[in-house]
Amino acid sequence: MTQPVAGALGGSPRLPSPYDQGPGGQGANLADILERVLDKGVVIAGDIRINLLDIELLTIKLRLIVASVDKAKEMGIDWWEHDPTLSSRASSSTADRPVAEQRDASLAEQPDRRSLVEAEGAAEAADPVRSLAEENERLRAEIAALRSADRSPAS
Amino acid sequence: MTHTDMATDTDVKTDFGTDIKTDVRADSDTETNVDVTTGLDTDVRDLEDLKDVKADVDEDVKTDIVYAYAVLRRTPEAARAVADLRGVAGERIRLLEFGDDAPDGASGGPPGDAPDRPPALAAVVGPVPAADFDEASLKAGLEDLDWLEATARAHHAVVAALTGRGIAVLPLRLVTVYRDEDRVRQTLEARRDDFLPLLDRVTGHVELGVKIYAAPDTESPDPEPAKGKGLGVGRAYLAGRRRRKRSTEDAWQAATDTAARLRELAGTLAVDRVAFRPQRGELAGQVPGPNVSNDAYLVPEDHVEDFRTRVLAAAEGLPGVHVEVTGPWAPYSFSLPAEPVS
Repeated sequence: MTQPVAGALGGSPRLPSPYDQGPGGQGANLADILERVLDKGVVIAGDIRINLLDIELLTIKLRLIVASVDKAKEMGIDWWEHDPTLSSRASSSTADRPVAEQRDASLAEQPDRRSLVEAEGAAEAADPVRSLAEENERLRAEIAALRSADRSPAS
Repeated sequence: MTHTDMATDTDVKTDFGTDIKTDVRADSDTETNVDVTTGLDTDVRDLEDLKDVKADVDEDVKTDIVYAYAVLRRTPEAARAVADLRGVAGERIRLLEFGDDAPDGASGGPPGDAPDRPPALAAVVGPVPAADFDEASLKAGLEDLDWLEATARAHHAVVAALTGRGIAVLPLRLVTVYRDEDRVRQTLEARRDDFLPLLDRVTGHVELGVKIYAAPDTESPDPEPAKGKGLGVGRAYLAGRRRRKRSTEDAWQAATDTAARLRELAGTLAVDRVAFRPQRGELAGQVPGPNVSNDAYLVPEDHVEDFRTRVLAAAEGLPGVHVEVTGPWAPYSFSLPAEPVS
């Protein structure tokens, strides 16, 4: 309406600029791109099996790395490798069980791990403020009362 | 006849230089034998040539596999749009057509030809080195944040270039890789009934991201408690602490409330919404404060500026939050079937 972003419907050439300078350009936020190309988009089974299981794990891992500065820093570049909860390679090198057994076990445990990781991620995402709130229910009630008295929504 | 038999034996064993002389003296039976021998020899040579050819083919198969970026409708615009694109391995991008055998859905055929035929689909693909995209390499690559970033950006750039020209696409997930083009055709053909309705849904729409942050600068300075109001040092400390907790939580709660109102407004301007997890890490770059919500909206493409302007304007009037609108993106978040096919 204000700018010809979308162009006309009749197939006249569109302005590519919003895409070139926006998310399509090199300046786009990596987290924004990764959460789309890894976590969204059409999933179809390719011939290379990495698509199914590993991408799923990677996505969970991505959520973690996007969820926490500390984890990202401590993991560095080979972030996947260093997390024993997600890398079967890392876990098999630290245990005595045969690798095959490890793999089986890790495959079998993945659903649990996944929900665990997601739960952790969710808790983390919920902000420290929330744990403070859980610490003191009475205080929270007090705040709620104050808020409703103090700040009638201006909407 | 004994002599002739021996001559025949000689024919078979010696090479053709000698055979020619023998042939002259030999009777018709022997000649036949020689012909057979010659034929066999030719066959062997042909086979060896074929082996060479086959080796070349094998070499090709080994060096190039097919990376698929997106599914779209087969149109001349789409073909033009991919012509100049380069993919994740710097490879030339092309349109892989499938769906029906019509030479060109837009131009070919008489006007009345099968008007009820569903539109033909195409895949946006590029040949990539198998050595870099086989199972082991991908596993290693995905563990390498630099590789992942480069690949994700290149993948995204291909998709964004198409969306930028107003072409409706269903972006595929990163590293969807096939052994050859036939495998792409087979797989996509099998999902055709999923893709067509999804394409219809995203046509004329783009995805916009809205990230809402709690803005720390709106925190009111801690009002100094009236001192010496009968509170001891310890009690004063505890009271101050409680107040700080309260104001932090209050700010968070205020931002959450505001976010909810903004989401409601944005929802009225969009066709659909998908919630992402809030971003927290360094991958998210410089952020103005804690990310309260992170959503994607499917917006009609001629309402993009309207959406952006109205959401940002609404945010300006609301304290405690900073709002960022990203995009337009290809409809990554709206390209999934409601119920994934197993």
